Amino acid sequence: MATAISPEAVEKTVYDALPQFGVEESDITRDATFEDLDVDSLDLAELSQIIEDEYGVQLKGDDVGKIKTVGDAIDLVVNRAG
Amino acid sequence: MSRPDQAAALVTGASKGIGAAIAKALAADGWAVAVNYRSDEAGANATVEAIEQAGGRALALHGDVANGAPAELFERAEAELGPVLALVNNAGVTADGLLVQMDDEDWDRVLGTNLTAAFRMTRRAMRPMIKARYGRVVNVASVVGPRANAGQANYAAAKAGLIGMTKTVATEVARRGVTVNAVAPGFIDTDMTKDVPDSAIEAVPARRAGTPEEVAAAVRFLASDAAGYVTGTTLFVDGGMSA
Repeated sequence: MATAISPEAVEKTVYDALPQFGVEESDITRDATFEDLDVDSLDLAELSQIIEDEYGVQLKGDDVGKIKTVGDAIDLVVNRAG
Repeated sequence: MSRPDQAAALVTGASKGIGAAIAKALAADGWAVAVNYRSDEAGANATVEAIEQAGGRALALHGDVANGAPAELFERAEAELGPVLALVNNAGVTADGLLVQMDDEDWDRVLGTNLTAAFRMTRRAMRPMIKARYGRVVNVASVVGPRANAGQANYAAAKAGLIGMTKTVATEVARRGVTVNAVAPGFIDTDMTKDVPDSAIEAVPARRAGTPEEVAAAVRFLASDAAGYVTGTTLFVDGGMSA
């Protein structure tokens, strides 16, 4: 909760979290889609929990359903926090 | 995968009857057990004492699952016993009557405790389980739900709903090592069935009531490492009643 919510910080959190869902680090870019990365809905729910624990930003199922790319996820968190 | 060293089980409605038997059985299997109760503090303390005397770890955990905040229950259990990696949604109430005479309050109360509370508890439980890649949820359903029982439309709806939720949640989290199952007790000798006429035994092929310990044994199995590939199922403990 204490972590400052900068786009860079959120990007690092997301990039650091994705490998635990089996994503190759080298495949992670802002434009990569979660579909291409084989990140499924449960992975995104878990990513949402990591983000909530870190930044106190709560993402609902509706929010998560709309995001397609890694960049979308980062932008959503930053916007929601701002 | 085997159960992590630090693992607690939270059993709702565990001050007596089936819940108390489940708490004791899980403790005997090595779980540190949070014994949740709403009003029967003496019963919960007796359950905790029995577990401790047998060499286990337990904590009496006060809170009404139908009205309280699941988060608070989990936080207290986690602080005392470690991460809650097994949840047994056992707390249940009845408010019997024919549907034509059933008021909204009796419907809401039974659905609230038997189904909605289980939903909220399960939702909170998933976080640490998913994180640990290990978890066990066991919902105590009933033969009533899968089968009819005149006078229990609310209870049947709640228990059938619980089985439906069990199946779907099981498929959502299976790939994280979390299993979600139900047990469906039949006619078990507890306070809840003390007013059931003895003639009801005639409908049970085993010709006797079951014991809370026999239900607890099924829960203990479903919560064990041995049941790691069992998920989304309902295990009937009913002396053949639903066969």
